[in-house]
Amino acid sequence: MADQVLDAKGLSCPLPILRAKKAIKGMETGGTLEIEATDPGSVKDFEAFCRVTGNDLLESSEEDGGVYKFLIKKTG
Amino acid sequence: MAEDTSNAKSMSLIVTKGSLDWAYPPFILATTASSMGLDVSMFFTFYGLGLLQKKLDLEVTALGNPAMKMPMAGMHIGMPNLVAAMPGVGSMATSMMKNMIEKKGVASIEELREEAIEGDVRLIGCQMTMDLFEFKKEDLIDNIEVAGAATYVENALEADINLFI
Repeated sequence: MADQVLDAKGLSCPLPILRAKKAIKGMETGGTLEIEATDPGSVKDFEAFCRVTGNDLLESSEEDGGVYKFLIKKTG
Repeated sequence: MAEDTSNAKSMSLIVTKGSLDWAYPPFILATTASSMGLDVSMFFTFYGLGLLQKKLDLEVTALGNPAMKMPMAGMHIGMPNLVAAMPGVGSMATSMMKNMIEKKGVASIEELREEAIEGDVRLIGCQMTMDLFEFKKEDLIDNIEVAGAATYVENALEADINLFI
């Protein structure tokens, strides 16, 4: 279970990333954030976001009904 | 300034256009780069300076813009210049665009600008444009600097990404 859950469903680029960044900023190092999004572009974007920021993308999956789930661990 | 000591990557944007559609790319890139840890500066010049006004009233036009085809009834429909030039058509196109933006979960420019400010993006208004188009400092939002081309050039020299939009 993630420490925090972010509902970014229905939001278009760049809002899922901006909301996720805000949530991560308020978390402790080592904490995990689960994000739910419907923007198909967010699959590639969360990969890029994590590569550049150094946070760990622990999971990326597509659920039923066009919902994408991401699990990010704050590293720094 | 903080960027002298920062090891972060950086991005510098020149924002030259102030219509509703053209306002998106610079604000999307600036807020995203900032959220990815980059130091970002935006230099607003000519029509771009209007994006720093306190009250935004952005418009879009199909006039001279053959690529602007709106999704309607399962198709993408453009507008001949002769129609786009008629009174009221511009404001109709603007409200159609704003409706679409809201319906599709796309952020408003006001919202993205607020995100940019929260993300410590440096917003720089062009002094020459202010003089040219008679903008006063109090017409523009508070969180900006006013400077000229040399300030941009200094920023650009140190930036990892430079874009003219």
